[in-house]
Amino acid sequence: MKRLVPLTITFIVGFVLIFSVFLPPAEGLDQTFTLYFDIIAVFAFFLGGGNLMRVHINKLRRQKKDWGFSVVTIAGFLFMLAAGLFKIGNPGDIATAVDTQGSLFKTVFDYVINPLQSTMYSLLAFFVASASYRAFRAKNREATLLLIAAFVILLGRTPFGMMVTGWIPDSFSIFQIPNLAIWIMNSPNLAGQRAIIIGIGLGVISMSLRLILGVERSYLGDDNA
Amino acid sequence: MSTRAKELLVVGIVLLFCIIAYLGKVYGWVDTVVFSPMVSMIVVGIIILGLVFVLIRTLQGRLINRQVVFLFVGIAVIMPFFMSITQKIRTSPEVQQLYDAVAELPKGSKVLVSFDYDPPSAPELQPMAEAFLYYCLSNDLKVIIMGLWPQGAQQANLALEAIMKNEKLAAKGLEYGKDYVNLGYQAGNEFVIQRMGADFSSMFRTDYSGRHYEELELVKNVKNFSNIDYSFNLSAGYPGTQEWVQVAVDRYGLKMGCGNTAVQAPMMYTYLNAGQLVGLLGGMNGAAEFEQLVKYPGKGTKFMLSQSFAHMIVIAFIIIGNVAFFRSGRGKKL
Repeated sequence: MKRLVPLTITFIVGFVLIFSVFLPPAEGLDQTFTLYFDIIAVFAFFLGGGNLMRVHINKLRRQKKDWGFSVVTIAGFLFMLAAGLFKIGNPGDIATAVDTQGSLFKTVFDYVINPLQSTMYSLLAFFVASASYRAFRAKNREATLLLIAAFVILLGRTPFGMMVTGWIPDSFSIFQIPNLAIWIMNSPNLAGQRAIIIGIGLGVISMSLRLILGVERSYLGDDNA
Repeated sequence: MSTRAKELLVVGIVLLFCIIAYLGKVYGWVDTVVFSPMVSMIVVGIIILGLVFVLIRTLQGRLINRQVVFLFVGIAVIMPFFMSITQKIRTSPEVQQLYDAVAELPKGSKVLVSFDYDPPSAPELQPMAEAFLYYCLSNDLKVIIMGLWPQGAQQANLALEAIMKNEKLAAKGLEYGKDYVNLGYQAGNEFVIQRMGADFSSMFRTDYSGRHYEELELVKNVKNFSNIDYSFNLSAGYPGTQEWVQVAVDRYGLKMGCGNTAVQAPMMYTYLNAGQLVGLLGGMNGAAEFEQLVKYPGKGTKFMLSQSFAHMIVIAFIIIGNVAFFRSGRGKKL
């Protein structure tokens, strides 16, 4: 029973939604089912928040390594939750948008979240440069090709590419770095990306069929796999 | 000097720079500090000399540590802010395609702009957002904004705030609800797009500020994608352009262009070449090209020099790294 009920629900819903695409009377069914998704997603928000609190309170209680970060996480979570839910500092009433100018939520978003997240992301430039220096080697033929392609794209994506090879006459314009970059993006990159997308598509179809037909049962939990 | 002391020293220097930058912004010094072309070239020369020095040391078998790489990247990113070197930006075909698609829209056409990103991707996507919104609003196109990412709607508001300072737009006396509207964020990823295909108002009962959908003049007659003339998606991941193409473009026939981060843009060429996307802005380069086309020189153009320098530094260090690799007999680890 524990296995049969979810397998039956998956089978019926899967087939109904596939056939709804081909049967005009059932065409609106997918819209209805997306509503169910929204309702389930609401509970996921509670679960996510609850789980975050549970994990970090646990870490705090047991004084695990780096428990100080958990204090910051919990404090930040509760602070933003309160600022958003109670609309602290909102110039209007409770019906106004959560980040109306002057509200605590908007202030924290503009002056804390925005710069902090941007800073984290901008550190990437430093690590990319360091990683390229330490790991980007012409070890073999494939790595050398990758290296050349990287050079062309890096140069071609900036005006320096044109500055360096702008002197090449128009009849040989394909050898200008920006044009080479365009060729790499439109030919080898396109072929590779298309192959990946088709592969993913076929994988999704086969996985969906396995789920609908009950062959794949890992989603039911370890006992039922 | 101990590692701890070095770390404290670096943190101290960064903090000092931050305080100077903050004070500079508050008192308006930042924009007034501009190196002359001669000084700019001297700075470039010093950076090149530094790189040559690193190369010579590498040839001598003395390898540099990563902090030196960080230092060069930092200088390459920060110094161009003050330089007066101009770069000739060439428009790529995909950017031109997007511009043409928007330029041929008749006045009063409705354009849907989805902000599917958050602050970390803003340096690349915000300039695109500002330039695109500026072009649409200055050409009497009606803009409907939404977001599939929680912070997307706020990014849209920041972009609107920035472009409304422009004299040309300020003179037009644009009206919220009539010329543009922000419907806000809606949870549900691609399911939101799917349900918008049937009914916009089922997903956005109110706009960002709580006004009812039916009260907004711009959208009250917009039922679904068939009432939208063009769509522009600013995306930094999932949900983003791929989901819009798979649901809105393929299923409902929406005409769409996109602006993506440089990391994501290569994946979009499949859709661009298949005609599913009409135009693509890729990374800061795409933003700078579009800014030039719409004659709105903003952060894309300004930061492009920094990006160019950073790219050159990365190339230089790849070369230096390979020199060290070959010199060490292809085996020795750095």
